[in-house]
Amino acid sequence: MSEINVQERSPQEYKTDEHPIWCPGCGDFGVLASLYQSLAHLRIQPKDLVVVAGIGCSGRTPGFVKSYGFHVVHGRVLPVALGVKLANPNLHVIGVGGDGDGFAIGGGHIPHAARRNFDIAYLIMNNGTYGLTKGQYSPTAPKGFQAGSTPYGNIEKPLNPLAMLIAYGATFVARGYSGKPKELTDIINRAIEHKGFAFVDIISPCITFYNTYKVIPPRLVEVPKDHDVTNRVKAFELSLAEDKISLGVYYQVQEPTFEEGVAEVIKTAQASTPPRLDEIFAEFA
Amino acid sequence: MADCIFRIGGEGGEGVISTGELLTLTLARSGYEIYTFRTYPAEIKGGHANYQVRASDRLLLSQGAAVDVLVAFNEEAWRMHHKDVRPGGALIYDADSFTPPATDSAVMYGFPLTSLATEKVGVKLTKNIVCLGALAGLFDIQVEKFEELLKERFARKGEAVVQKNIQALRVGFEYVKGQQKRDSIRMGPGPRQVKELVLSGNESLALGAIASGLKLYAGYPITPATDIMEFLAKELPKIGGYVVQTEDEISAIGTVLGASFAGTKAMTATSGPGFSLMIEMLGLAVMAEIPAVIVDVQRVGPSTGMPTKTEQADLYLAVYGGHGSCPRVVMALSSVEDCFYSIMRAFNIAEQFQTPVVVLSDQYLGHRKATVPKPDINKVAVINRVMPGPEALGPGYKRYRLDGKDGVSPMAIPGTAEGYYVAEGLEHTEIGYPAASNHDNHLQMTEKRYKKFHAVEAMSNDLVRQYGVEKPEIGIIGWGSSEGVIREAVQLGIEKGYSVGALHPKILYPLPLARLTEFIDGAKAIIIPELNFTGQFATLLRKRFVRDFIQLNKTIGLPFTPKEILDKVEEVAKNVRDQRPGTVAARV
Repeated sequence: MSEINVQERSPQEYKTDEHPIWCPGCGDFGVLASLYQSLAHLRIQPKDLVVVAGIGCSGRTPGFVKSYGFHVVHGRVLPVALGVKLANPNLHVIGVGGDGDGFAIGGGHIPHAARRNFDIAYLIMNNGTYGLTKGQYSPTAPKGFQAGSTPYGNIEKPLNPLAMLIAYGATFVARGYSGKPKELTDIINRAIEHKGFAFVDIISPCITFYNTYKVIPPRLVEVPKDHDVTNRVKAFELSLAEDKISLGVYYQVQEPTFEEGVAEVIKTAQASTPPRLDEIFAEFA
Repeated sequence: MADCIFRIGGEGGEGVISTGELLTLTLARSGYEIYTFRTYPAEIKGGHANYQVRASDRLLLSQGAAVDVLVAFNEEAWRMHHKDVRPGGALIYDADSFTPPATDSAVMYGFPLTSLATEKVGVKLTKNIVCLGALAGLFDIQVEKFEELLKERFARKGEAVVQKNIQALRVGFEYVKGQQKRDSIRMGPGPRQVKELVLSGNESLALGAIASGLKLYAGYPITPATDIMEFLAKELPKIGGYVVQTEDEISAIGTVLGASFAGTKAMTATSGPGFSLMIEMLGLAVMAEIPAVIVDVQRVGPSTGMPTKTEQADLYLAVYGGHGSCPRVVMALSSVEDCFYSIMRAFNIAEQFQTPVVVLSDQYLGHRKATVPKPDINKVAVINRVMPGPEALGPGYKRYRLDGKDGVSPMAIPGTAEGYYVAEGLEHTEIGYPAASNHDNHLQMTEKRYKKFHAVEAMSNDLVRQYGVEKPEIGIIGWGSSEGVIREAVQLGIEKGYSVGALHPKILYPLPLARLTEFIDGAKAIIIPELNFTGQFATLLRKRFVRDFIQLNKTIGLPFTPKEILDKVEEVAKNVRDQRPGTVAARV
């Protein structure tokens, strides 16, 4: 974490003059608003913030946040975020992407990001569809979902992001909803503050191709007040509930971060050899 | 003159390689120039393994031809290699393992290596060390250098292990002293006084990367590039850097780009299959203008191919891989020593022009060891990317400004106040805003990226080496690891009275056109030797030169020998004898 900044900040300070390209009513507006709130609340200096994004509607986020940003190729948010964080552990790194970007094309990176536990917040704007290519089914679309590439209905079952991340060993796993900005801001605050890999699945409806604004809210409940976030089995049970969607932090434990491990390795290596190229040459004489 | 090729063959996984390595280091420390050559099976245990060491008191340019000393631990090794032994050479075999038929050509020595190890030393595994003692005794190799090395090698395993090995060495040494020497090979102290390093191409490359300021390496295990990662994993933390073994090659290059974006020098190394996976992100590095060094230690393809065999067939992929008008720089490494300096130049080009640089090596070069003078880290001055001054920062900072010299625009690093921008994979404006529908802007930005490419082209003429006759009748243009072999063939050709010379570009894209034009214009015939089936470099040259290039292609997973090149020179010489001096070289 970078130096503590006492200067108060307003969410407005993080806006850029690039205007979001999203459809009016898109859930991503809510996510962006909560992100501004969180950044202001945590008083993060724009110079110390890097937003790394993949491809899709959500991938445009870095352009709307006053900070450094890297808009990468489809599905590769996590490898690039790892590189940024290793290069400069003092930076706040926030990864953003959609469910297609994160769970389909980029799905192979998630278990490894989770088990490495490098210190970033990874926000998935999950809408169950590929909005930017006009509405095909995504890995989180339900069975029977009918669209361009599934004219007879989706025959695959959706994956469960929360259960997956808990199983992979992520140290912070939470779920938010773009339509509940106050609660979402609180979750993003906690994700950014968490030391380690923090994953937030944010239900963020696509108003144009898969409008779930009517069907989602009745299913929403809060994570029970007495839920023990350090209990992995309970967190897993919560994630498997079929009809109810719990909002809040499912799982959070403190474990050593990747950056701390790297620092340890460097310390060990330097204990035996002075840090000089000459010493390395001598090994090959 | 001493110039001796040792080849050791036996069952894979039974110490053939470590025997070869110990012999290599001992001969290097005895004052010889070394050039090793490795071919090995893809299996870890079993299969045939061999290790070749050439040691000489003069400069070595190739692995050589006929074998002077063959050590065969088993019958298979004898069967595979005995025909390569020169007349008068020595054939040493483990008499406990097999007995080869007598030959008039080579001098045969049957030593009971296994029984000496079991009976006199008491440890069967020491038969390799017994053999090294026998080699020392038979060929006058300084046995105390072997002892010194065994002490260093086994010190960590305790004094008892050191003593067992030294005992094994002496058992072999003493046994041979009781035998009659019937060959004339002697490798007493060599001429070199200066202590040199013994490095493989991969090690030399890794050291050069460290000298360039490398701090983060990300990679995925793949033969024959893995040892770069393992080397750096050990060495990089000593200078405050780190190696991440990523989940795949896509992640490796992603991690490199993220780190470089954040201001750290980063690199990855892979082989063909991994490089194929990296191509999409290579385009991102071009588009977002991120410095990156990507090493491809080539092996036989396509697909999984022959993972432990050498080839130069990834040039098309390096030059053309990816979609869009996508300029990148491609360099090729030519010798173990060159690996050190060329990788430094690759980092410099990457930083100066904010571009990915693909560096082509291959299995033959990456895995062979050679004696090299201790690298001079001041020979290549390290260049770092240009960053914006305070006057350029603030709202509207133009990360991708169009008016920079050579198309280069100063790059702000996260952590810098008021340097905010988005590194964009979408086409973008000068300030980095997406501009996916601005047609004129796309042309301007494409021109910006190609301006950088043409600036590299202008300096590429310094990255060329030339050998032999300066304006030869028969010119050879090779690339990559064939440099030494071609140079040796040129020397042999000149000794035979041919007007032959070679040009060896270390940068292949952009091409060093001025040097190539001069060389090609002056020659009656141009031979392009390449270890691929279709002539990828010749094709690249044909795009720029109207000329009937003569291809020499070899596609069996092994490097050229000087004789193969020389044979082609002699064949071509017959054909050009009556022709007029060079015409052509109209450029297109």
